Amino acid sequence: MPQPDAKGPSSQIEVKAVALVSSGRHPVSGRPGRAREDARAVEMGLMLAGADLSLVHAGDPEDALLRECLEGYLGMFHGLDDSRDGTLSLLPMGAEEDAVPLLAAWLERTGATITLTGQRAECGEGSGMVGYLLAEQLGWAIATGVAAIERCDAQSVTVLQALPQGQRRRLEIQLPCVIAVDSVAEAPRQSAFGPARRGRIETVDDLLPAGEACLDVANVDWQWQPARARPKRLKVVKSTNARDRFKAAAAKSSASGGQVLTDLSPEEAAEKLIDYLRAEKIIADSGQSSAPDT
Amino acid sequence: MLQTLLPILIFAALALGAVGAFRRIRLWRQGQRTPMVWRRLVLMPKRYLNDLHHVVARDKAIAHTHVATAGGYVAAMALALVVHGFGWRNPMLGGLLLAASLVMFIGTIAVNLRRVNPPPKLSKGPWQRLSKSLIAYSVSMFLISLPLVGVAPTALGGGVLAIVLAAVLVWGLLEMVVGMGWGGPMKHAFAGSFHLAFHRRPERFDDNHADVGHDVHRGSRSTALFPLDLTAKTLGVEKPADFQWEQLLGFDACVQCGRCQNVCPAYAAGQPLNPKKLIQDMIVGMAGGSDARYAGSGYPGIDVGKHHGGPSEPIVPQLVEAQTLWACTTCRACVEECPMMIEHVDAIVDMRRFITLEKGETPEKGAAALDNLIATDNPGGLDNASRLDWAADLEMPRIKDRPEGVDVLLWLGDGAFDMRNQRTLRSLVKILRAGGVDFAVLGDEERDSGDVARRLGDEATFQRLAERNIATLARYRFARIVTADPHSFHVLGREYSAFGGDYRVLHHSTFIAELFDGGRINVAAPTQPETVTYHDPCYLGRYNGEFAAPRQVLAALGLEVAEMERSGYRSRCCGGGGGAALSDVPGRARIPDMRMEDVRTTGATTVAVACPQCTAMLEGVVEPRPRIRDLAEMVADALVATAPAAPASSSTREEEPA
Repeated sequence: MPQPDAKGPSSQIEVKAVALVSSGRHPVSGRPGRAREDARAVEMGLMLAGADLSLVHAGDPEDALLRECLEGYLGMFHGLDDSRDGTLSLLPMGAEEDAVPLLAAWLERTGATITLTGQRAECGEGSGMVGYLLAEQLGWAIATGVAAIERCDAQSVTVLQALPQGQRRRLEIQLPCVIAVDSVAEAPRQSAFGPARRGRIETVDDLLPAGEACLDVANVDWQWQPARARPKRLKVVKSTNARDRFKAAAAKSSASGGQVLTDLSPEEAAEKLIDYLRAEKIIADSGQSSAPDT
Repeated sequence: MLQTLLPILIFAALALGAVGAFRRIRLWRQGQRTPMVWRRLVLMPKRYLNDLHHVVARDKAIAHTHVATAGGYVAAMALALVVHGFGWRNPMLGGLLLAASLVMFIGTIAVNLRRVNPPPKLSKGPWQRLSKSLIAYSVSMFLISLPLVGVAPTALGGGVLAIVLAAVLVWGLLEMVVGMGWGGPMKHAFAGSFHLAFHRRPERFDDNHADVGHDVHRGSRSTALFPLDLTAKTLGVEKPADFQWEQLLGFDACVQCGRCQNVCPAYAAGQPLNPKKLIQDMIVGMAGGSDARYAGSGYPGIDVGKHHGGPSEPIVPQLVEAQTLWACTTCRACVEECPMMIEHVDAIVDMRRFITLEKGETPEKGAAALDNLIATDNPGGLDNASRLDWAADLEMPRIKDRPEGVDVLLWLGDGAFDMRNQRTLRSLVKILRAGGVDFAVLGDEERDSGDVARRLGDEATFQRLAERNIATLARYRFARIVTADPHSFHVLGREYSAFGGDYRVLHHSTFIAELFDGGRINVAAPTQPETVTYHDPCYLGRYNGEFAAPRQVLAALGLEVAEMERSGYRSRCCGGGGGAALSDVPGRARIPDMRMEDVRTTGATTVAVACPQCTAMLEGVVEPRPRIRDLAEMVADALVATAPAAPASSSTREEEPA
């Protein structure tokens, strides 16, 4: 039932909002806590759906630090219209299992229409692929780099997508969809001890038929190494104009260069992509060896 | 006629007053209850005459006025009860009654003179009326009692004059007896007496101390915040009924004398805090209603009369704006000055606890500091392993390499991350080495003491830090802890004991004074005469009563100290305590600027400080201004290397580590 909703996302609407939350790791101390981008997704969800927002995490229930970590999200359930405590569904899985089938099954069961997530987690398989994989598996739309939700009704949602240099693009997305929240979205509210302590974590362990182990086959032969910040390419801007220098300094590196290729066959497109990845030294020159570059 | 009327009036007033008092007690008992210890009531007279009078007597004129007025009133009321109430018309008692009324009248004259043009700190309204009611009571009581000694004709007992006198006495009795129970200004006597008896910090009174008079300023003895039960249903104080009942009783004892308002640094800076108004707002909340009847100075920038509250209604923001609570620097100047011994800071932290722990609305930078404390054990979010980076060339001894124990554990505090304070720490290390002190540091095992977290209301983070620090300290052997940070000094020394950490903690000024006393360090006389002044840090002075050692150190350096008008227990805060530097509530002026003005009026060219926060706040004042130097820096610069280091260090080893 479409409802006129000019007021903004805070009013109650018939959507079922869900935020996927991962366990974070503090960049300095390495301590577990809420992941910063996921916290922004929760903030966006709270502003959209209030205390109706559901949280979900797929992880190892035996992890002693998990509760502490997830309390960082549950502690955000304050300052809302109603005083309900937060609830989080924990989908138990082992370290070598794949989270995507579990999450997909849970999302289908709960009838979620808007699934919010951060773009990148802080540890584990933090590539940000989960959103894409879920959208693929469920056949949903996905929007990444979302800075704000402008409007939402039962059929569609209007979001602002963050582009480099503060630009924004307005997108209209059909529900259900996955929304990956950008780091320029509204900063997450403080996690308070009281609501965090009262928040409930419910274990949901009957999602997949028993014995159907969804082992993560992809990561078996991965190599793990600590993440390093990629060096920023310096671009010397010779300009006497302060505005140009500022624009150059503020530009995201991904915003510059590139070319638009159209009307290519899939093979040609793949070739172009591989060439680009080689040029960027993201894949090794000789496709033979999988040894890390030196 | 009067002879039949007087007993009726007196007993009616007493009965009415008792009904009001009973209702008042029920208001107090809305608070959280702890078991009553009735025998504490016997402590009340001594606490009143000794401890309370001690604070009042800081202003001699008021003390004398109050002794005359209150003493006269109590005596006159007791005698009137016997003479007029029970009709024992003894001329001797009558004479005493006349004398008591006269004494009261003399005191009343002083009260009224002060009320002709009252200073801004005083409340008007009912308090202005009280001065007149005092006259009414004392004069009518005097005149009515004259026939007892045969001075006036007994015919006074009839006619118009008697009716007039009786009417005036009724006014007096209504204010002085009925009003005491029903919430008039005189309730301060009733509530104040019970407050003294059931005070939440009995340690503040001499009757709880063997060493009476060990320091003359009250309030320095019991300054640790009360631990919060983190398993309670709601954390902190949301509504007036969440306070302990003794706190509500304490608020009700307020006489609106405005001493707290006069000393509050936030009020002086035009930030929206006035301790007196805050206490009155708590009473409004306890009794229900609006603050429109408040007749004193309000919170700067916030209109009086727009807020309301009730015992079960949330305090913030209907009754008190959050900004008011976040403006407090927890300097305890108000508590120190309060003649009724009200605990403002406890109340403010209780309310902050609710805001932080339940509502998650700590001011933005405060919340960031708390997040950092949770994640990295320091408020700056820095790598705790870098705590010793400033001492890379000093070969600092680590306590983990000294299983046999050391004399001094040097607690660095979070100043270790601050480049300005690192200079102080380097100076302190130099002094310790010159004095041959056997010391070591925890290094990256040290965490923030939890001071800021606790003052910002995050008791959960404070307790976690305290528990972890106590567990760390339990692994090592040391005789005492020395720190250059008064906040760590206070928290480690006074607040950790509630969590099982009992240490002997010394502030570096105390320790340096000890080194001087023991002849373990020598300094050169100053090359040129210089006027210095000393700024007492709140958490060293008012909180812990250490006023002497820093001055001893300055004296040992051969420096003349020009004291500021507000120094010692009346020192004005630098503005950096209690997380106020993080909440940064806007005001008309900056607190450190005002403090620097205090420094300038002494003519000093250097202000000696003893706290990293004070250093940072005062150095934030724009130049030109007097230099700001920590005591350790001043001592380190003056050191002359004649102290025999080797034998001294071997002698300290013999001290038994704890």
